[in-house]
Amino acid sequence: MSIVTVARACVEFDGEHVLENVDLTIEQGEFIALLGPNGSGKTTLVRAILGLQPLEHGKIALFGTPLARFRDWSRIALVPQRLPGATSIPVSVWEAVLSGSITPKGRWRPLPRSARDAAQQALESVGLWSRRHDRLDALSGGQQRRVLIARALCTEPDLLVMDEPTAGLDAQNLQALTALLADLHHRGITIIVVTHELTGINDLVTRAVVLRNDHHESVKYDGPPPVPEHFAEETHHHDDIDVHDVPPPVGLDPA
Amino acid sequence: MSILSFDFMQRALIAAALVGILAPLIGIFLVQRRLALLGDGMGHVALTGVGLAFLLGTAPIPTAMVTACLGAFLIEFIRYRSRTAGDVALALLFYGGIAGGVMFASLAPGKASSSLNAYLFGSLSTVASGDVIALLALCVVVVALLAIFGREMFAMSLDADLAAVQGIRVRVMSTLLAVLAAVVVVVGMRVVGLLLVSAIMIVPVAAAQQVTRSFRATAAVAVVLGLFASVSGLVTSFYVEVPPGPTIVLEALALFAILAVIAVPLRRRRRREVT
Repeated sequence: MSIVTVARACVEFDGEHVLENVDLTIEQGEFIALLGPNGSGKTTLVRAILGLQPLEHGKIALFGTPLARFRDWSRIALVPQRLPGATSIPVSVWEAVLSGSITPKGRWRPLPRSARDAAQQALESVGLWSRRHDRLDALSGGQQRRVLIARALCTEPDLLVMDEPTAGLDAQNLQALTALLADLHHRGITIIVVTHELTGINDLVTRAVVLRNDHHESVKYDGPPPVPEHFAEETHHHDDIDVHDVPPPVGLDPA
Repeated sequence: MSILSFDFMQRALIAAALVGILAPLIGIFLVQRRLALLGDGMGHVALTGVGLAFLLGTAPIPTAMVTACLGAFLIEFIRYRSRTAGDVALALLFYGGIAGGVMFASLAPGKASSSLNAYLFGSLSTVASGDVIALLALCVVVVALLAIFGREMFAMSLDADLAAVQGIRVRVMSTLLAVLAAVVVVVGMRVVGLLLVSAIMIVPVAAAQQVTRSFRATAAVAVVLGLFASVSGLVTSFYVEVPPGPTIVLEALALFAILAVIAVPLRRRRRREVT
């Protein structure tokens, strides 16, 4: 059974095609890098896979179940770049991690002991248990990203989707993240990483999917890394532009 | 205390305590979602309900409740449908709420339009004995709903997309939060007044979050501040003979200022600990 199946998926924004005829089948244990310049639709594709973005045409299935009927959300976890709600109100590291275990099913009873144990284990696995009482936004950017990974690991997901996990990390944090990802992949978790570049995760990625928003097929390359020169250059070119827009690396991690 | 010998003051104190406890509990989610002004809008819309009650001769609390809840649904609908123009659409709704309220009240027979003031800025004497039971019942409902859905609302307020991927019905939670805010606005309408009731949702939260490190602690401190400001503001307004709404809100703002001053060395020390 495939983890994710995307068939002839199309997405439009105000009549503009963002994704066209995307076919993608992801099997258990794959480590996929979704590459492409800004506006290529890589984030849109991930949002569509997670049911956050309706399709114009096409079909998506998760773990063999059509998206519309899929309910087993604890098998999937998303790691965002940041938590917007943790900057307007103080949220402790512990609360941020525990929030990963909140489900509609659990609303009638207090959070079970097992969820707390899993959260503790996840936070320990990213090396931040000692910071659990701190405000999330008091941590460095690299540490916050590790907290968000711990948050995702709480439910022991089979599929982990990460949005630009390496963006803006310094060498030390990048190394810590790479080691963590290698371990997760080793444990059999299927990983999809949305990214501009393969730097740092090149050795882990088993399959690169390059998207570009033109013509009738959004997927330009689908195969093992390295990405052939021709496609790589196009994503790279945009990277160079980005460097000037993006703020300097977040967080010099002192830990 | 001699003021407890007045029945109307007993009722006003109960109403003030209820709103002081409840309002920050809802406000914390609004602040977290950067919707701090939503409560204001709800107050404006509820005013139309009060005007309608004057015009039709119905009871103000149920009428304002129905209007504010309809307003909550409408606001959520507008926010969902128009991500870019939602801001302006909400503004239009809010202006309409105030204008409608004043218009209906002016059309109503008798002294309705002059008693509108009591609903705008709060009043010590307008809490009727039947109101107390209605307010208590509303509070029980709000607290029960928070106990059941509070965690999902917290997850939604952290990041709506993440919450959706956890299976949480984000639109349902968002609408429920708007309706709860509408209920709190109506609970606070009598004592604090519709123009200022959202301040008691937001100001205690803004004050608390300067000195806290977690959501739970922020909620707890905000409730204590909200309760203190509303009860002591009410007592002050009894002795000074000014409307309770402005007194309560000014006391809450003073607490905000005090905590802002306390927070400076606290934050500095925390920064030293981190580095």
